[in-house]
Amino acid sequence: MVDYSRSRRNVVGIEHDRVTNVSSTDFPGYYPGEDHSWNLNKFKEKFRTHISYLTDLSCSFDLIGVDTSIANAFRRIMIAEVPSLAIEYVYIENNTSIIQDEVLAHRLGLIPLKANPDYLRWFKKDDPDFEPTDYDTVVLHLSAKCTTNSNAPPGTTDPKVLYNGANVYASAIQFEPQGRQSEWFPEGITPANPDILIAKLRPGQEIDLTMHCILGIGQDHAKFSPVATASYRLLPTIEIIGPPLTGELAQKFKGCFPKGVVEINSNGEAYVKDARKDTVSREVLRHPEFEGRVKLGRLRDHFIFNVESTGAMTPDEIFIKSVQLLKKKCQMLRKFDLRT
Amino acid sequence: MAIEKDNARPDASFNELLQPVYHGKKITDAVNTAEDKWLLLPAFLKIKGLVKQHLDSFNYFVNVDLKKIVRANERVVSDVDPEFYLKYLDIRVGMPQRKDQNSLSTEITPHECRLRDLTYAAPIFVDVEYTRGKKIVIHKGLEIGRMPIMLRSERCVLACKSETEMAKLMECPLDPGGYFIVNGTEKVILVQEQLSKNRIIVEADEKKGIFQASVTSSTHERKSKTYILTKHGKIYLKHNSITEDIPIVLVLKACGIQSDFEILQLVAGADSRYQEVFAINIEECAKLNVFTQQQALEYLGTKVKTSRRPMSPRLSALQEGLEALATTVIAHITVHNLDFREKAIYMAIMTRRVLMAMVNPQLVDDRDYVGNKRLELAGQLLSLLFEDLFKKFNNDFKTSIDKVLKKPNRTNEFDALLNITIHSNNITMGMNRAISTGNWSLKRFKMERAGVTHVLSRLSYISALGMMTRISSQFEKTRKVSGPRSLQPSQFGMLCPSDTPEGEACGLVKNLALMTHITTDDEEEPIKKLIYVLGAEDISVISGHELHALGSYGIFLNGTVLGITRTPVKFVTRFRNLRRKGRVSAFISFYINHHHKAVHIATDGGRICRPLIIVDKQKSLVTAKYIQVLKEGRMQFDDFLRKGLVEYLDVNEENDCNIAIYEHEINSTTTHLEIEPFTILGAVAGLIPYPHHNQSPRNTYQCAMGKQAIGAIAYNQLQRIDTLLYLMVYPQQPMVKTRTIELIQYDKLPAGQNATVAVMSYSGYDIEDALVLNKSSIDRGFGRCQVLRKNTTTLKRYSNQTHDRLDGVKRDQDGNPILKHAILEQDGLPGVGEQVSTGMVYVNKQVPNNAGDNLLGAQGGPTPSADDYKDSPVIYKSPEPSYIDKVLLTSSESEQPLIKVLLRQTRRPELGDKFSSRHGQKGVCGVIVQQEDMPFSDSGVCPDIIMNPHGFPSRMTVGKMIELISGKAGVLDGSLQYGTAFGGSKLTDMAKILVDKGYSYSGKDMLTSGITGECLQAYIFFGPIYYQKLKHMVLDKMHARARGPRAVLTRQPTEGRSRDGGLRLGEMERDCLIAYGASQLLLERLMISSDAFDVDVCGQCGLMGYNGWCTTCQSAKNVYKLTIPYAAKLLFQELLSMNVAPRLKLGDAF
Repeated sequence: MVDYSRSRRNVVGIEHDRVTNVSSTDFPGYYPGEDHSWNLNKFKEKFRTHISYLTDLSCSFDLIGVDTSIANAFRRIMIAEVPSLAIEYVYIENNTSIIQDEVLAHRLGLIPLKANPDYLRWFKKDDPDFEPTDYDTVVLHLSAKCTTNSNAPPGTTDPKVLYNGANVYASAIQFEPQGRQSEWFPEGITPANPDILIAKLRPGQEIDLTMHCILGIGQDHAKFSPVATASYRLLPTIEIIGPPLTGELAQKFKGCFPKGVVEINSNGEAYVKDARKDTVSREVLRHPEFEGRVKLGRLRDHFIFNVESTGAMTPDEIFIKSVQLLKKKCQMLRKFDLRT
Repeated sequence: MAIEKDNARPDASFNELLQPVYHGKKITDAVNTAEDKWLLLPAFLKIKGLVKQHLDSFNYFVNVDLKKIVRANERVVSDVDPEFYLKYLDIRVGMPQRKDQNSLSTEITPHECRLRDLTYAAPIFVDVEYTRGKKIVIHKGLEIGRMPIMLRSERCVLACKSETEMAKLMECPLDPGGYFIVNGTEKVILVQEQLSKNRIIVEADEKKGIFQASVTSSTHERKSKTYILTKHGKIYLKHNSITEDIPIVLVLKACGIQSDFEILQLVAGADSRYQEVFAINIEECAKLNVFTQQQALEYLGTKVKTSRRPMSPRLSALQEGLEALATTVIAHITVHNLDFREKAIYMAIMTRRVLMAMVNPQLVDDRDYVGNKRLELAGQLLSLLFEDLFKKFNNDFKTSIDKVLKKPNRTNEFDALLNITIHSNNITMGMNRAISTGNWSLKRFKMERAGVTHVLSRLSYISALGMMTRISSQFEKTRKVSGPRSLQPSQFGMLCPSDTPEGEACGLVKNLALMTHITTDDEEEPIKKLIYVLGAEDISVISGHELHALGSYGIFLNGTVLGITRTPVKFVTRFRNLRRKGRVSAFISFYINHHHKAVHIATDGGRICRPLIIVDKQKSLVTAKYIQVLKEGRMQFDDFLRKGLVEYLDVNEENDCNIAIYEHEINSTTTHLEIEPFTILGAVAGLIPYPHHNQSPRNTYQCAMGKQAIGAIAYNQLQRIDTLLYLMVYPQQPMVKTRTIELIQYDKLPAGQNATVAVMSYSGYDIEDALVLNKSSIDRGFGRCQVLRKNTTTLKRYSNQTHDRLDGVKRDQDGNPILKHAILEQDGLPGVGEQVSTGMVYVNKQVPNNAGDNLLGAQGGPTPSADDYKDSPVIYKSPEPSYIDKVLLTSSESEQPLIKVLLRQTRRPELGDKFSSRHGQKGVCGVIVQQEDMPFSDSGVCPDIIMNPHGFPSRMTVGKMIELISGKAGVLDGSLQYGTAFGGSKLTDMAKILVDKGYSYSGKDMLTSGITGECLQAYIFFGPIYYQKLKHMVLDKMHARARGPRAVLTRQPTEGRSRDGGLRLGEMERDCLIAYGASQLLLERLMISSDAFDVDVCGQCGLMGYNGWCTTCQSAKNVYKLTIPYAAKLLFQELLSMNVAPRLKLGDAF
């Protein structure tokens, strides 16, 4: 049964075999006699954010009090529409390695580049007459060559010792500034992670190629997506029903959740310490002794976002950009009179 | 003593299995025999390898059989000169050599043969002794031909090579070998399954009341089949060379057993039941007035089919009868000094078997019983072929020396050696032709067998491996009998129960199980001696009464009775002890058949056997101590065999044993213990995780599909230039492995990727097993594969000194190459790495105009000028462009330049590409979805593949679900899990890991829809499953046509994609249109769009004319234009040519 009581309206129900109450109901006309029309003040009052942690590569933050559609829109935009720079054209002058040209180009394309995309314009791929300029194209160069290491101690089999330059890493990619690019990118454009293995070489093999990087979006190709993953989960809730769980039952109850979710207080009673840490494994619903003693749920308007950047931009930049993009889209819609 | 010496190649990878730390097991860990006895399996495979049966058979042929053949045909004498003789002293096969005379080194590698279209062959040397004039000369090391060499056999350069040495030879260390390279193609001689030779098979047709015992005799000279059968309750002998059936008593009399009583004793013994049934036959013989041996032989002689050479003298009936009885009837029993007793006893025993079947119809043999089958391998087939060729070679040699010796006055002394080498090409060519075409035609047996060899399928590592273990049956595919096709209980452990094709060859093509060995022939003589030493009574001094007396058991060596014993169990036990001690070959089998009162001893080749642990006093002889020693590498499999801890049992002997599968099942009657239950599966079925949880046909489907999976095929895959090669760009080893996967090293050459699968419905583009693919996964390299295609061009030389040549690049006015020649370089060959698209030339070949005529060459003529050549370029045709991967310029055996161009395409998965899991669950890609639209889990994981849950209920592939859970547990745990058959990681353990890592025990996760952002209302079964990309790709199949070529004869559109054919509106579609009444559409589809043709029909005579003129009526009156299908017009004309005049009657249409 779907629980429509006011307290559980906002909670997604977790049953042992299904998920209930997944859609939001706080829109006008759903509950008779209640006003759910959108109101900025009400929104301001309810809306909260909280940042759990933020590093260069990943961050976790909460969005509380927004509708699912908005949160999902941010997620989708982060994955698919925030532009970033990636290698698109590879001009191979020489490739005598065993890795084929197409595969090499594909591997290069997937290397995330550390570059601020704001300085670049769109490269018009569809226009065959479009000439690349310093405004829209970044040129990178890679040349690598493998030779025998004459100083290698006899009997070694490790190719890294035996040969010079046996492994080609992303750090070998060189930025070749064009036009005013050295002003815009004073730190140069480098791979976000210098240790990405591009190819393995053996003496006599050589790679020499030039790459053109352009702006693109994740919708076109995953390499343009600035995030490794951007997702959210809803805040779990755990409610113990009835008399407190004590003794062995409490221990078992505690064991049904990840560490730190449920603790046992001085009275030997189990209590929910931090539901946020729960992974919603539903283990507790498996045991008949807890039937009717616990109610699991998730708060429908409390999104715990997790954004992992590929390294091109910081996660906060990516999120802000997604907000900007959503805003722009809304403005676009506003411009058109939808009624005509 | 035929226990093999340790000739294991120093194979690093197998050693790895025996390393101190292997998969978390340390040498110091406690050894649990029950769990660790499986270690015997890698030890077995280390010695034996997966294709050891082929190698053993070939080695036996080269080392033993070849010498036997030569010894049997050692003398060549002349009809003309009685003084002359040539005797072969010895024969040897050398190491493979290059044929080119002026090459620096004669050593050749298999890989060079593959690339240069050569034959990997070694010279055959003989030592001969012959007369030159009055002297006797010995010549050693004479080459009489070249023998194709099986890869990795003893004669192969790859034998006993380490991994690094193999790498230098450009050979993959994981390649199993066991095949031949003939003219650059890899050819496998498949294992052939046959009914055993020289054994009595009793069959009954109860409806017709016919009982028959038959035996197929096979010797080096001839093959014949002898039947003893009932007809109206009487027993007769039937043979192909005898025109009518001969009463059995008469035959026995002809064999010299003249007394009726003796005959009765020999056949029926003292048993009155048998005597009663048999008595009528004695009467039958008496009716024919045959009482003595002489009479019987004369009677027999008159019935013999004679096919004499015209020159030979006529024989009397008596002689004919004697000869037939001595040489053709039951030919495998040789007759010395006209003593037929042995043969008589053999026939008497056959007769007795018929009598037994008559009295008790259950005492018949089963043709499908694996113990009654023999497997014929490459070595045996080659030996048949070689003997035939060698005989022909000697014959040719004889006729050619006769020709010379006939001449009365020779100027110089005749040296026969000069004549012998002329014919050596016959042996070489004969061998090459047989292997490359697969037609085994042997003159002496009048045998004509097609399809013996197959091209080794290199689609994937598994397909090549699967081919080496394949067994094809001689049984006709078209007949619809279930017996030979159904699973035989005796196949257990010998043949894989899962791996068989679907369709017409179902059950007829089988595969060997993992731990099998196929025997080669062993010497009979020492065993014969042993039999008597161990207390058998010689059959020659035994009367019929004693033979069939209660409690006496006949002793049969390879189906022939040698004596009797009254203590069969003791006799067999003694023999077995000798075998366990290594005093006789390990592959000789001993068993008692209580129904037949017989002890059978088999030494013949082609029996399937497998090793088992010996159980003594309810204890497995292989104890923890030995396993420990094995782990430390101080003992090998052969040591276990030598110590008598393990022994080989063939199917018949297995029947005599009580084999426990697990150690705890051992009871007082147990004789043996299974090494590992999963070895009942073959190499291909061994890839399936948890196969014991699947519905059986699903495993069979996977066996077929595993061979089509794209992956890595060999370490030398990028060095190879194959006609068609599919490679996966990023193959992965499966998360859920099996022991078999490790043993066959599939984890090193995998074919598939671990995809994260969500089992849910999504979008409606996933019905009928279609899969939903994640676009970002594809962007990141999921399912990406390469297709490499070869083009071979030869620059031919013609008899008139002209030859094909390559032309350079054609250029336009600006000096740029014309578009068609854009990728060509100066030499007329394409540049490596260039993109070639439709219509482009990639080998600019030119052919001389006058290649046919000989005039130019005869005159020594002028050098050909440019216009003497016409262009014959190789043009790229496929709609998708390719890249030039490799260009090889070399020369073939005939010294003609050979150009091989390898074209490469890299493909990402697209709509319609076929994928399959390892559980016979195939599906095509139905839609490719953006990552943001995909559902995601709490941790942000998106599936790579969404699979519709409707695939599960009817298929019942529970193994796939367990694979998912184990795989997920492995991913979370950072370990690889096992799904070995009848074992593997336990589901409860896996669920425990899942719960510990904060996931639901069921493997079902809470997912959020990527489209709405809301939670999905159901929990989704979510985790990694190993997916294979199959070779069927849309790009190779897509086809449409608006206009296009037409067939010449009928002017209808051509058929098939390769000819740009039309899409046929077939009969059933036509019926629909007729029923619907769409007559104009019908007219358009069947005529206007196909082969509409305007004819002039004469209204007068109804025949067709032309140009408005009727040639029959000689008038233009009444000639009408008419549109009919060209095929109809053609039919009318063809009828006319057969003197049928089809006349058209014309009337007004509307």
